[in-house]
Amino acid sequence: MKHLSTASKTVALLFSAALLVACSGSDTKEQDEAAAAAAAAAAAAHSAQQAEDAAQLARLEEAAAQVGNVFYFEYDSSTLTPEALNAVNAHIALLHRNTENIRLEGHTDERGTREYNMALGERRANSVRDYMVANGISSMRIETISYGEERPVAYGSGEANWAENRRVELKPQ
Amino acid sequence: MKRLFAVLAATLLAVIATGATAQISIVIDEGNRDATPIAIVPFARQGAGLPAEDLAEIVDGDLARSGQFLPIAREDMLGRPSVESEVFYRDWRAINARYLLIGRESMSGPQLRVDYELFDVTSQRKVFSGYEAGPVSEARMLAHRVADEIYEHLTGVRGAFATKLLYISVTRVPGGKDYSRLTMSDSDGARPIVLLETQEPLLAPTWSPDGKEVAYVSFETGRPAIYRQELATGRRQQLTNFKGLNGAPAWSPDGKTMAMTLSKDGNPDIYLMDLATKQLTQVVRHYAIDTEPTWMPDGQSLLFTSDRGGKPQIYRYDLRTGKTERVTHEGNYNARARVSQDGRSVVMVHQQDGRFQIAVLDLVTNRLTPLTSTELDESPSIAPNGSMVLYATKYAERGILAAVAVDGDAKFRLPAREGDVREPAWSPYLSR
Repeated sequence: MKHLSTASKTVALLFSAALLVACSGSDTKEQDEAAAAAAAAAAAAHSAQQAEDAAQLARLEEAAAQVGNVFYFEYDSSTLTPEALNAVNAHIALLHRNTENIRLEGHTDERGTREYNMALGERRANSVRDYMVANGISSMRIETISYGEERPVAYGSGEANWAENRRVELKPQ
Repeated sequence: MKRLFAVLAATLLAVIATGATAQISIVIDEGNRDATPIAIVPFARQGAGLPAEDLAEIVDGDLARSGQFLPIAREDMLGRPSVESEVFYRDWRAINARYLLIGRESMSGPQLRVDYELFDVTSQRKVFSGYEAGPVSEARMLAHRVADEIYEHLTGVRGAFATKLLYISVTRVPGGKDYSRLTMSDSDGARPIVLLETQEPLLAPTWSPDGKEVAYVSFETGRPAIYRQELATGRRQQLTNFKGLNGAPAWSPDGKTMAMTLSKDGNPDIYLMDLATKQLTQVVRHYAIDTEPTWMPDGQSLLFTSDRGGKPQIYRYDLRTGKTERVTHEGNYNARARVSQDGRSVVMVHQQDGRFQIAVLDLVTNRLTPLTSTELDESPSIAPNGSMVLYATKYAERGILAAVAVDGDAKFRLPAREGDVREPAWSPYLSR
């Protein structure tokens, strides 16, 4: 996003400069002043819009950061829980306003066989992707990968550890 | 695409090193109550250049692990014969030995030669004598072959001690990426060799039917891909690089085809790859998860795991008729089947009372019998003679390998000195 907004600022500046140059050879001082004022107003309106956009983006980024980039699942399930849906929704809102590509990494807990868990991790990543696509995010922007049970965040057994490991992580691509 | 199938430089990742390997040792938890007492006398050593290893001890360890033999402690032996004329049966009856093994190590040119003789103490007669010869560097393998011969003569079943194991060991790096290593060792865990090391996940190691190659899944490129690797040369070939899952490779019994799981068409299905042409054929197609293919020994059908019925169960796909039938019916989680060489026993991960255990299904009687009683047992692999099942379990919060006799009577653990060990794969019989 950063480079885009810089680019549009540059365009606005060039436009204003071109106007000034075009007007510099004109007959009356009044015409020059009027043109300059119009350009200044346009530039001001543009930067106000930009400021508003930036603020909105910041709010969405803040909201997405608040819910985090990890979505948790029930045992042997790839259905998005209400909490996970809430979190994914915040990221969808942000993705509508930015142009980032993302990677969804599916993971499982240690129970069950490793290759079945590879498939389960993929199913989890796909279920987040499908929900995002259904809500207007292009599938071209989403890459999925499953790590099955090979990349736990919590080592050790027991439901507390397992619950932390049953997850999809959203990462920038 | 050409690059995809290109042979990758072996030196890049296929390291051969003995440093930093997860050496595993043996702890016997449970022997057969009817184990046969056998006295294995330390072998006599004649001449210079003999190996440092105690070969009789290796034979002793092999027979003890089988659970079918109870080797007698050396300190209880009343004599140390190494030739027939020194054998006094009363000395061995006195310590309740049923059989007696004696042997001699000698050098024959550059070759190590191990001569051995087996006696039946009860009937007071020589049962068998023989010898093994080979390079000193293969001394341990010679001892395993002696154990194979003894085992076969006394049980009628071919021995499987002169075989190899593959396993994955993982060293945790707190706050960083774990190290995964594909390791090959002797069947007793000795002589581990690292075949591949990466900081990305490694899984599903498996053997070619001739025991000369291995296949596995590596995430080393950032995505899963199936590789095959020659053991003698370290030469590697990447077989797949499809979108989605690339997993669960399984060599056909004739070595020409690799069954695998791919999800490139949307969800995990079973495919066959012709290894000569790289041509793919989809054999199992269903919207459910289909994975973990394994071949029946006749190569005419595949077993695989599917959750098409709601929970993972084992199914069988007949390559001739194209028909699929459900194999397991007991319990709500049965997965990752492996079949014995006689095609009769299927070992699998079976969930019972919330615990994941190894169970064996007899395809003739349809009886399912749990073999283990721990909680997170997985990845069963059957010895080529069908006697033992090696599997991965957790012990004191660490991944270790363990083995259990198919008849359930003997158990042993192979704890690693460091790291987590998992996904054992027992080699087929190896040619000399």
